[in-house]
Amino acid sequence: MDPILSVIVDGIMYSAWLFIAALGLTLIYGVMKIVNVTHGSFYALGAYAGASFTGAWLARGYPPMLSYAVLAAAAVVITLAFAPLVERGILRFMYAKDEVVILLITYALFLILEDTIKLIWGVNPYFIAQPYALLGSFEVGGLSYPTYNLILVGLALVMGGALAWLQHSTRVGKLLLAVIHDPEVSRAMGINVGKYYLVTFTFGSMLAALAGSFTAPTVSVVPGLGVEVIVLSFAVVVIGGLGSLPGAALGAVMVGLVRSISVHYMPQVELFVIYFVMAMVLAFRPRGLFSLAEPRKI
Amino acid sequence: MHTIRKLAICSLVAAALAPAAAMGRDSVKIGFVTFLSGPAAAPFGVPAKNAAEFVVEQLNAGKGPAPYRKKGYGGGSIETVIIDEAGSTTTQVTEYRNLVQRHNVDLVIGYVSSGNCLAIAPVAEELKKLTNFFDCGTPRIFEDASYRYVFRTSPTATMDSVGAALYVKDARPNVKTIAGINQNYAWGQDSWGDFEAAMKVLAPQVEVRTSQMPKLFAGQYNAEISALLGANADVIHSSFWDGDLEALILQGGPRGLMKKSITVLTAGETAMHKLGAQIPDGTVLGARGPFGPYAPDNRYNQWFLKGYMAKFSEQPNYASYQMAQAILGVKLAWEKAQEANGGKTPSNEQVAAALENISFEGPGGTVKLANGKGHQAVMETVYGETKLVNGKLAVVNVKRYPADQVNPPANMKAADWIKGGFKK
Repeated sequence: MDPILSVIVDGIMYSAWLFIAALGLTLIYGVMKIVNVTHGSFYALGAYAGASFTGAWLARGYPPMLSYAVLAAAAVVITLAFAPLVERGILRFMYAKDEVVILLITYALFLILEDTIKLIWGVNPYFIAQPYALLGSFEVGGLSYPTYNLILVGLALVMGGALAWLQHSTRVGKLLLAVIHDPEVSRAMGINVGKYYLVTFTFGSMLAALAGSFTAPTVSVVPGLGVEVIVLSFAVVVIGGLGSLPGAALGAVMVGLVRSISVHYMPQVELFVIYFVMAMVLAFRPRGLFSLAEPRKI
Repeated sequence: MHTIRKLAICSLVAAALAPAAAMGRDSVKIGFVTFLSGPAAAPFGVPAKNAAEFVVEQLNAGKGPAPYRKKGYGGGSIETVIIDEAGSTTTQVTEYRNLVQRHNVDLVIGYVSSGNCLAIAPVAEELKKLTNFFDCGTPRIFEDASYRYVFRTSPTATMDSVGAALYVKDARPNVKTIAGINQNYAWGQDSWGDFEAAMKVLAPQVEVRTSQMPKLFAGQYNAEISALLGANADVIHSSFWDGDLEALILQGGPRGLMKKSITVLTAGETAMHKLGAQIPDGTVLGARGPFGPYAPDNRYNQWFLKGYMAKFSEQPNYASYQMAQAILGVKLAWEKAQEANGGKTPSNEQVAAALENISFEGPGGTVKLANGKGHQAVMETVYGETKLVNGKLAVVNVKRYPADQVNPPANMKAADWIKGGFKK
């Protein structure tokens, strides 16, 4: 077995998972300037919905191959149930407040949603192992990998590509870029900024829920699932530059590969290495690798 | 005349109150701390809480098996305050102080996490509050310090690791290479350290291929599994517990991790009830002592197993057993101290003195507080291999190791005992 090959494959798979998890966070920050801690809650909601819906689907004897579509549908349904409520019901009244205050509000919402999850699903774990093993496995360098991992890589490429295309090649995307650049002027030009905020928050949260839903078959879905993800997602988007799509992609690849190298060659530093990379990047590029130039308002 | 009347009334009141004081209090308040949320809640915290509820209910009704038949603790009903162990160690220290200083509990039984136990022990000593750790495994608690008020009625990780090494050596005498995946904190580090040292004593030629130490609750282990598969070791050791254990089984199973090498899951019993179909045959499972499928067929286990299953419609796991024996052990000491105190409610100091070096029987068999100056329990330990029988996971090739074979002698550090070739 070639260890270099294994390092690269593991790194890519971890990067793909990280990128999916972090994508919505950077999108919401880019548009709304909110450091959204509820991102972790939507990841957990997606995982619970994915496990519940898919578990019910499989228990009724429906075609297992369609369970992947059920995972995606579960993420969409659960996001539509919660995200507009959070944005319209609470966040929209807070946009005038300082970023730090909004950060604290989203943290409070994160705690509320954690308890809501416990109220709905209880504290017992949910397992849906079948989709993970259903597609079989493939070999790279003598090591076996579940083909399911390729779905995550594909999902990351599709999501990243679609978001980039949406932002840069569509009318809606260009209007969104105007909102990112200056919401006040956009409003003056007749753009319904509130609507864009609602759609962005819902779509960003849906990305988190999709990440959670597609992670569910590989883990035990339990309360607290979103905590670890939110920390890692922040590390990724901070390395790449808050709000930057290519930054999130590069941050995920850097973290994934560096972690994979440490696991294979120096496992004792695995815990430290992700945050070391973050510290190094911030030491030389305090706003991240792909930080956007900020126009100075006079 | 007034003075005489006052004296007479006071005498009557004192006479009326005297028997009440002599009989002890009507209730004893116990603070229970275990995970009610987070990844450790389902496999550990909730089964332990369930066990506490069942045992307290039985004891309060005077339905415990002899010698636990007396109502509650010393005739006083047990009141419970249950606290969530989730959150940082700092949070746990604050919650512990709240239990003692605001809830005024008489004693505390709790803690799954070794990190929390290490932090709570000195605080318990400072507050002079009797505290019994029911599950955490790090041997450092009584090796690095002595305590008057702190006890642990469950064995340490040393027993699990030495027992695992003995089982591996019995099952595969020609073992040449080992690898490990353990969580990067006190429990995981101690477990791996003891297992590696024990294997080097039992098979001096053994080579460590890799030791993976991911973060607690990391959740994603594909890179670690690749490293373990690439290491191609004869044996893989893991002390993973909680959701991490379940994720390792879910992610490692389809990749053939547990088929390629003999995999020893020292805390694996908690996963066997829910993930039975995902655990391949031949995986070595531990239950952190003679608990769960390894529990003896004694009357305490018959009472506990039957009652627990009737109440919760599920099997108790080892965390449940450890909680049950923690409550029973302190009950015996409480009643012994109360008796020595002329039937009056004993002080924490008197209960602590009675608990030191105690030996008692529980659903897991004999528990002896023989180590840590009489504060640390030793028990026999048991390992077996999984086998799917009629769709249900069972354990076969079960081997029992007596307490003195898998625990260091009193007042000897586990690491020194192992490195010294297990000499007494």
